[in-house]
Amino acid sequence: MEGYQEYFGEIHNMARATVRAFVDREIRPHVDDWEEDGDFPTELYRKAAEAGILGIGYPEEYGGSGGDTFVKIAAVEELVRSGSAGLAAGLGSLDIALPPILSIGSAEQKGRFIGPVLKGEKIAALGITEPDAGSDVARIRTRAERKGSHYLVNGSKMFITSGARADQLTCAVRTGAEGYKGISFLVIDAGTTGYSVSRKLKKMGWWASDTAQIFFDNCMVPVENLLGEEGQGFYAIMENFQKERLILAVMATTTAQMALEESIKYSMQRQAFGRPLTGHQVTRHKLADMATLVEASREFVYRVAAKIEAGINQVKEISMAKNFACQVSDKVTYDAVQIHGGYGYMREYLVERLYRDNRILSIGGGTQEIMKEIISKFILC
Amino acid sequence: MKIIVCLKQVPDTETQIKIAPGGEKIVTDDIKWVMNPYDEFGVEEALRLKEKFGGDVTVIGMGPKRVTESIRTALAMGADKGILISDAALEGSDSLGTAKALAAVIKGLQFDIIFTGQRGIDEDQGLTGACIADLLGIPQVSLAVKLEVAADGKSVKVNRPVEGQTLVVEAQLPVLITTQKGLNEPRYASLPGIMKAKKKPLEEKALKDLGLDPAEVGLGGRKLKIIKITPPPARAEGKIVQGETPQDKATELARLLHEEAKLI
Repeated sequence: MEGYQEYFGEIHNMARATVRAFVDREIRPHVDDWEEDGDFPTELYRKAAEAGILGIGYPEEYGGSGGDTFVKIAAVEELVRSGSAGLAAGLGSLDIALPPILSIGSAEQKGRFIGPVLKGEKIAALGITEPDAGSDVARIRTRAERKGSHYLVNGSKMFITSGARADQLTCAVRTGAEGYKGISFLVIDAGTTGYSVSRKLKKMGWWASDTAQIFFDNCMVPVENLLGEEGQGFYAIMENFQKERLILAVMATTTAQMALEESIKYSMQRQAFGRPLTGHQVTRHKLADMATLVEASREFVYRVAAKIEAGINQVKEISMAKNFACQVSDKVTYDAVQIHGGYGYMREYLVERLYRDNRILSIGGGTQEIMKEIISKFILC
Repeated sequence: MKIIVCLKQVPDTETQIKIAPGGEKIVTDDIKWVMNPYDEFGVEEALRLKEKFGGDVTVIGMGPKRVTESIRTALAMGADKGILISDAALEGSDSLGTAKALAAVIKGLQFDIIFTGQRGIDEDQGLTGACIADLLGIPQVSLAVKLEVAADGKSVKVNRPVEGQTLVVEAQLPVLITTQKGLNEPRYASLPGIMKAKKKPLEEKALKDLGLDPAEVGLGGRKLKIIKITPPPARAEGKIVQGETPQDKATELARLLHEEAKLI
């Protein structure tokens, strides 16, 4: 163990053990039911907050637990290992909703909007995507017009993780002219008049996470809820993406790792043509390829994470790592279902869920194509 | 109330145990080490008593450097102070040797209650707690599933299971209690607790700090020698009972249960 630097040390191992114990006690016994039901009890936010899991990476002065990037990674890995990446995404929606507040909010706003979320008293969601604006963030159309002490917000937000249950939405709105310079962030309380959840969306995967469309009809938001200054929204969105992409890359490597483990277990048990599947070279080699890809993917993601933790700009590298990790998990979850045959198509086998849940990872937080555009800008200058 | 918890680090229960060549040890590479689950009950009970009566909790572990992780976990759960006894000369100690080292450290401390797990899940001896109590000359109550310290903090009532019944034992403090599953549900080491734990005191002691004769401990001091470790027998393949009719199959099954399995 000595002679080279491990990414995970004593603190990380202890944090991992706590999250694993939490998953074993609070999540695993119910996870299949919650997946089928399409959500999990809101009480879980409070329980996760009590264990300090929601607070990972947030400063203690706002009720956070502290901890570096690798504490966060260990926690995400263990939550995904519950078997429900959707639950991990739903429980973790604060990690996309709070960073803009932390980054450009005032001390008063941080106290007001971060504390209750880290205590598990309020659920936070992020609202950027709209029915007609996804990757093309600069085109969002939800308008916020200043009327005295309020903004009057009109428009709608799409694919909002934890949207149906969120108490507060960190919401990108247009306060100025067309283009990216006209975008600002408002924190909108779900109880505000004119705020409504239009519907809970049915999805291919991530069943245990609630995803919703949200409407604003002359929604009156106090100006005290503007984060930073008008026009600062776009930069806050872009800044937020690096960490979000890292988390998605970690979800991809963990999903692939689980699909590999399930495949190894199944291949050793399942008999075909008088031998276990591992008695066939074609399966052995497939598993060897899967294991190699997963290893390379994870090491790449960890390496980029270590550089992010050291404060080195990794915009190009995290885009590469997200794409690579997702391509690997696409292939590995596909092969895992293939190895399982008909059983792999059945809901009672974990690989069926991994295959479905994996699909979102190369879309959310910036699509494969957007990642490639970012990478090409760096390598073609 | 001054409480001491002795803890052991053991392989995680999910670890696939392999026997090392020579057959006297297990392969320790790639093992994930955790706090002995029975010791976790002791840590939890100690913290509950501290919350009720005030005082502090000291955690003592013995073994190589990696044991600090388990001690830090107990500190993260809420214990106040850790002591690691670590010395190459102590390696390979049996339960008595371990107890001598732990008792030597405890003699220098103030205490009202000492907790140890009822046994380590690795070697399953269940001796260390009793040995420590004997070396310290204090009463020992084993297999606690419930305990109640008197309001004056001078005595304790302990429930222990005996053949489906419950035996209630009362002892004067100071006392050593070994903890059994069912006593409590240990808390998680919370994330803020983990962050705070790195600032809590963790002292390291070597053999020379204990005033023990090296011959009494370690491999050389063993009263018990491990001669051979063997894996449990591999599970035999299942058998499908053959027969033309249900009656034939039932007859054959009955014969197998009687003659082969010797169950009926």
